[in-house]
Amino acid sequence: MQDAFLDIRHISKRFGGVQALRDVSLTISRGEVHCLVGENGSGKSTLIKVIAGVCRPDEGEIVINGQRTEHLRPIDAVREGIQVIYQDLSLFPNLTVAENLAINTLMEQGCHWATPRRIRRVASEAVARLGFEIDLQKEVAQISVAEQQLVAIARALLQDARLIIMDEPTTALTHKEIESLFGIIRSLQTRGISTLFVSHKLTEVLEISEKITVLRNGGKAADGDASSFDYGSLVHHMTGREIHGLEYPPSREGKRGSPLLRVRGLGRCGAFHDVSFDLHRGEAMGITGMLGSGRTDLAMSLFGLVTADAGTIEIDGARMTPGDIQDAMARGIAYIPEDRLTQGLFLEQSIERNIAVADPESSTHWSGWLNLSRMRETAHKWMTALSIAAPSVALPVQSLSGGNQQKVVLARWLAGEARILILNGPTVGVDVGAKAEIHTKLMKLARKGMGIIVISDDLPELASLCQRVLVMHRGRVVDQLMTAEGNESTLAARLSELE
Amino acid sequence: MLHRYEFYLAGVLVLLASVIAVLNPTFLSLSNLFDLCKSSTVLGIFALGVLIVLLSGGIDISFTAIAAFSMYVTSKVLLAANPSGSIVTAFLIAGCLGLLLGLFNAFFISCYRLPTLIVTLGSASVFRGFLLGFVGTKIVTSLPVSMVDFSKRSLFSTTLPGGETIGLSASFLLLIAATVAVWALLRYTMLGKGIYTLGGNPEAAARAGFNITHLQFFIYGLVGFLSGVAGLIHACLMRNANPFDLVGTELTVIAAVVLGGASITGGRGTVLGTILGVFLLVTISNSLILLGVPSYWQKVLIGSVIVISTGITARREWGALHGVVTG
Repeated sequence: MQDAFLDIRHISKRFGGVQALRDVSLTISRGEVHCLVGENGSGKSTLIKVIAGVCRPDEGEIVINGQRTEHLRPIDAVREGIQVIYQDLSLFPNLTVAENLAINTLMEQGCHWATPRRIRRVASEAVARLGFEIDLQKEVAQISVAEQQLVAIARALLQDARLIIMDEPTTALTHKEIESLFGIIRSLQTRGISTLFVSHKLTEVLEISEKITVLRNGGKAADGDASSFDYGSLVHHMTGREIHGLEYPPSREGKRGSPLLRVRGLGRCGAFHDVSFDLHRGEAMGITGMLGSGRTDLAMSLFGLVTADAGTIEIDGARMTPGDIQDAMARGIAYIPEDRLTQGLFLEQSIERNIAVADPESSTHWSGWLNLSRMRETAHKWMTALSIAAPSVALPVQSLSGGNQQKVVLARWLAGEARILILNGPTVGVDVGAKAEIHTKLMKLARKGMGIIVISDDLPELASLCQRVLVMHRGRVVDQLMTAEGNESTLAARLSELE
Repeated sequence: MLHRYEFYLAGVLVLLASVIAVLNPTFLSLSNLFDLCKSSTVLGIFALGVLIVLLSGGIDISFTAIAAFSMYVTSKVLLAANPSGSIVTAFLIAGCLGLLLGLFNAFFISCYRLPTLIVTLGSASVFRGFLLGFVGTKIVTSLPVSMVDFSKRSLFSTTLPGGETIGLSASFLLLIAATVAVWALLRYTMLGKGIYTLGGNPEAAARAGFNITHLQFFIYGLVGFLSGVAGLIHACLMRNANPFDLVGTELTVIAAVVLGGASITGGRGTVLGTILGVFLLVTISNSLILLGVPSYWQKVLIGSVIVISTGITARREWGALHGVVTG
C-alpha cells in the first residue's frame, strides 16, 4: 500500500510467561481514523507501547513511511511523528497551560532557556494549530478535563504529529465534549494526520472510526472497515462469546407500598437545589446530566459525604441525619464512588480485607479481634457470587483488572448488607464482558428488593438498567424520563437540548 | 495581582511591621532594620535551597547538618593550612564541601529511589555524627582574619548621633545574589522548569525527556552548595565556628518557605513568596524580642505558623483542584 503511514507486521511480544502479543499486524494509512478495541489485558497497551518505541517486540517488524526500522526507540517514534496521548494525559497540573504546551517542544529542540516570551510564542502557535481558545496563563489543575485533553492534543500537534494515539480519551468526558473531540479528530484527518483511537465504548468506536482492529488475548481477533462491524459483532470478537442480556427485563416490583428512600426538597448551596424523588424496593433509578450538573454532589449527600443544607432524606419513613456517613451506612446505604482507585479501594490491601472493611461487626469476634476465618469465608462467598476472577483472596486489589476491581467494591457493600446501592459511573473503565456481568448482578440485586441509583453518562447503560432516569442540569432535576416510553435516543436528544 | 498569595503575604508583613512600630518605635530604627536584614541572610539562603527541594516534590532536612559541617571544617582547614587565606577561598571550600554532601544525598535518592525524607534524615545524622566524632567538638573562637574582616565589612555605614557606627552587613549581598540566581533559574531556564515538572508529575517529566537522575543530582547538589555558603556566613556573623550550631533550625526554615506559599507536597512555590516568608518570620521573632516575650514562646509561634500556613496552602490547592471538577 502506497499511502500507508504505519505498517506493523507480525509483531509478537512475551513478558515472562505471558504472551502479550501474538503475530499482530496493523496498517494505518495517512489521515485514517483507526480504532483499536479489546478487553482489558488483550494487549492493547502493549501494542501502543511497541508503536511508541517504549517496548521492543520479540518478533516482527515496524515500517514507518515505507522505512523499515530495526530498533525503534521512543525518540525515533517522536521524530517520525508518532505521539501518544496517554490516559493520564501526562500534563503538569502545577504549571500553566502555556508551559504545558511548550515544554516538550522546547525540550526536543534542546533549549536551555525557557523565557516566558518563548513559552508564550510556542504555546500560541500550538493553540493556533488546533484552533481553540484557552486562557494560557491558567494552571492546568484549574481547567476542565476536556480542556486538559485539548491541551494534550495541541501539544502533540506541535511536535509535527503524523499519527496521534489516544488511549481511552473519552472516559472522563461528557457527551458534548466527546462530540467536539470527534470534530477535532475529523479536522486532523483532513490535514492527513492519522488517529489511533483506543476505547472501550463501542458506540463511539463505531461512530468515529474508518477501520477497526479487535484484539483478544494478545492476538488479532478481527479487523476491517468499520462499516463491516456492528455492536454485536464487535462484542463477539472482543469476548469470543455472545453476550446476551444487554436488554434486561425491568423488575416488576416496586411502586408498591411506601418508598424505601424518600427525598424531599434536598439542596446544598452552590451544588444542587430542591431535589425530590422516591425510590422503591426493587427499583433501579438513573441520574444523568453533564459534569457539574450537581449529580455527584447529590449522590455524595445521600451517603453523607457532604452535608445537605436543605430538605430531608427518609429511609423507611425515618429521617436521616444529614452529613453522617455512619448513620447512612447503618441504615443500609452504600455508595460506590466514581473514582474507585482513589476513593473506593485500598489498592495495596488484599481482596478479602477490601471486602471485609464495610462490615466490621461480622468480621470481628465479640472481643474486637478480627475473625480471619469468617473474613475469608465471606470473601470467598462473594468472589463466587460475583465471579471475581482472581487466583486467591489474599492478592492485592491492584493486581486485578478494572472490571474485577469494580466487583470487589460491589462485593464489599453487598457483604455489608446494603439496601440502597448508589453507584457513580459503575462501568467506567470496565470492559464489555465484565460490564454485562456487573449489569446482570445489579438487576439480580434489584429483583431481590434492593433500591439502586445509577449515576452515569453511558446512555445505553441507563436505558437498559433503569426504569426511570432523572436528568439534572445546573443543580436541578429538569426532567424525569421513563425508559419504557423513551429509549436511549430520546434520552440523548433531551440531554443535547440542555447542552 | 489581587488573587496572588504573595500580595496578601506582603500585606500581612506591612501590617505587622506597623503594629510593632506603634508598640515599640525602635523597630523602625535604621539599626534594627539593618539587624533584620542581617538575621534574614542565613535563613534566607537556606530557604532558597529548601524551596527548590520542595518544588521538586522532595524534602531535605539535612541542610543544617551540611551547613554546620562545611563551616566548621572550612574554618579548621583554613586555620591549619592558610590562616591568611582570602574570604573567597573560604567560600569556595565551604561551597564545595556542601556540594559534595548534597551529592551524597542525591546518590541515595536517585540511584536507590529512596524517599527524600528518609535519606536526608539519615544523612543529617551521619554528617553531624562524623563532624562531632572525627573533626572536633571544640568551638573555634579565633577565626581566620579574612572571615572576621568579612563580618565587619558593611554597606552604607553611617554614624549615629550617639557615636555608634551602624551599617548593613556585606553578607546581605550574598542573599540578594542567591535570590536573583534562584529566581532566574526557576523563571528562565529549562532546568528550572524541570524542577517544577518533577514536583508536578514525575512520570510525565520523564516522558517529556527530562533526565530525572541528572535533575536530582542538580537539585541536591545545589541545596548542599547553598547550605555550605550559608553555614560559612553564619560562622562569620557569629565570629566563631560552633559545630553544635544550626542543627535544630530546619523547622524554622521549612516554616518560612511554607509560610511563603510553597506546597509541602511539591510543584508550587515562588522565590518572592519564600523571601517574604523569611522576612515575616524574622520580623515576628525579632519583634517578640523587642516586645520582651520569652524566647520559648518563639518555638510555639513557629510551630503554629507551620500548621496554619500549611493549612492555608492545602485549602487553596484543594479549592483549585476541586472547585472545578465536582460533578
